[in-house]
Amino acid sequence: MYKRVEITEKASIILKQLKEKYGELIFHQSGGCCDGSAPMVFEKGDMYLDESDILLGQLDTINYYMNEDQFEYWKHTHLTVDVVEGRGSSFSLEIPLGVRFIIHSRLLTDEENTFFNQ
Amino acid sequence: MSYSKPIFKEKYGNFINGKFVDPINGEYFDNTSPIDNTLIAKYPRSKKEDVEKAVEAANNAKDAWGNTSVTERAAMLNEVAKIIEDNLEEFALVETCDNGKPIRETLNADIPLAADHWRYFAAVIRAEEGSATELDENTLSLNIKEPLGVIAQIIPWNFPLLMLSWKLPPALAAGNCVILKPAEQTPSSATLLMEKIANVFPPGVLNIIHGFGPEAGKPLASSKGVDKVAFTGETTTGQLIMQYASKNLNPVTMELGGKSPNIFFNSVMDQDDAFLDKAIEGAVLFAFNQGEVCTCPSRLLVQEDIYDAFMEKVIARTNAIIQDNPYDVNTMIGAQASNDQYEKILSYIKIGKEEGAKVLTGGNACKLEGDFANGYYIEPTILEGHNKMRIFQEEIFGPVLAVTKFKDEAEALEIANDTLYGLGAGVWTRDAHQLYQIPRAIKAGRVWVNCYHAYPAHAPFGGYKKSGFGRENHLMMMNHYRQNKNMLISYDKNKLGFF
Repeated sequence: MYKRVEITEKASIILKQLKEKYGELIFHQSGGCCDGSAPMVFEKGDMYLDESDILLGQLDTINYYMNEDQFEYWKHTHLTVDVVEGRGSSFSLEIPLGVRFIIHSRLLTDEENTFFNQ
Repeated sequence: MSYSKPIFKEKYGNFINGKFVDPINGEYFDNTSPIDNTLIAKYPRSKKEDVEKAVEAANNAKDAWGNTSVTERAAMLNEVAKIIEDNLEEFALVETCDNGKPIRETLNADIPLAADHWRYFAAVIRAEEGSATELDENTLSLNIKEPLGVIAQIIPWNFPLLMLSWKLPPALAAGNCVILKPAEQTPSSATLLMEKIANVFPPGVLNIIHGFGPEAGKPLASSKGVDKVAFTGETTTGQLIMQYASKNLNPVTMELGGKSPNIFFNSVMDQDDAFLDKAIEGAVLFAFNQGEVCTCPSRLLVQEDIYDAFMEKVIARTNAIIQDNPYDVNTMIGAQASNDQYEKILSYIKIGKEEGAKVLTGGNACKLEGDFANGYYIEPTILEGHNKMRIFQEEIFGPVLAVTKFKDEAEALEIANDTLYGLGAGVWTRDAHQLYQIPRAIKAGRVWVNCYHAYPAHAPFGGYKKSGFGRENHLMMMNHYRQNKNMLISYDKNKLGFF
């Protein structure tokens, strides 16, 4: 089974801590400036989602969404959520821990691309 | 000439009700300099309770402040401008240390511009007037501008004092009290400003809260005690803030970034003169402020018949950028603002290469030596590709230029407008028709024509599409911070006759 989005072990540990503290979570991929172009994690229900938000997959049972407009430009790539030291200024829940989720991308393989986009 | 890291106190407080106060729970966070990854100082890790104190102080101050005369308010704004100017070097040094940008930019752009925005709004409120219309011989419609009350402002880290100076003056000039949250990466210049202007405004009029987005930003944006939220940042946080504001039916203004096209038509190379020299610099402005600008001209569109000759000059000028000690006045590009930005930019360069973009110059992290070895430096990078690539569609917020060519006006416009964003754009040409028609056809709030990256007060700035809404740096912004009171007055002594 192919996946559009996956998570590194390091990031998974942070995500587990956040789940223990906040309960159910979601990821949303942000666009735009400053702290944008980055994955953000929120308590489930905090962000209003509708059919314009594409579900890319699940990371440790947490849904990963991206707005459909942005998805148009991203759909040929595979994403890996990682975590680095740093300080974003968004409302993403990992920020007080002194770390920031980031995305590593690669092109989908031919097989993956056929599976997802054709 | 070179400066060195300024001296800071061990820790700083929030500025609430005219005084510096410790965070209620006593927690602080370490703020570091991206230049060398050393500690600057500790700043309050504020929580909801601190935000509530600031909101309470602002609400207590708003009635009296809203009734001060424009003469008094203008004088106070002018005083702030003077204090910034009188301490230009100190502010510039703190800003460079906190953000990583080179000292020559803070000395010549950030800080002088910041002072001017205060002065502009001081002038605006002395010159503008309400309106009165005689609807018929006995009926007068009178429009009086009233402040909204209490404003929450959340600003980013790329131009800390300048973004503060875009946000505060119109809100204060309009007669509002404000709670402003600087970005946690860059709390220093806002704090220095409060130290210098602590006694300029009455207590509670201007409050600064430090802390993290989920802990301090969210309670501020969703507070029932504020009447409007102004935000500069990215799309997801923008959507969240609009959601919170919708619960209070509060207005918002949003500036959410872009992916600005910078278009060069073939006539720029008709002559080898001062204008061509200016145009080449205009293309290289992608590296200004390390590319950490919402309007970074990060998509370069060059007409195909001049592409090779033009790019040769652009690459040569890019390679001449001096990347070194940001405290040295000769340095042209400094450090990225934080480690996560640094990692994000490198990750974008990687996907750009994977998507087939060709590296024309740069493409790597830049390792400086000595004290700066732990800082976050990236080579000015030019990647050649096409507009469907992710490096052409996403805001990298680094010194990374994505370049492509176009054959005619129609194709230039098609590429320019093929983006989710619409904040800025640049058009460069010697053709008088293109000078007008191309900017009109670009879906963006600011089109620089034969220039780029100028942000004078008095020229409205704001986005189309997913870049947000609201127009800053101009009289127009005043109405985003005000109500309109319409008094409909009858001078007719006679009754209507219905009852």
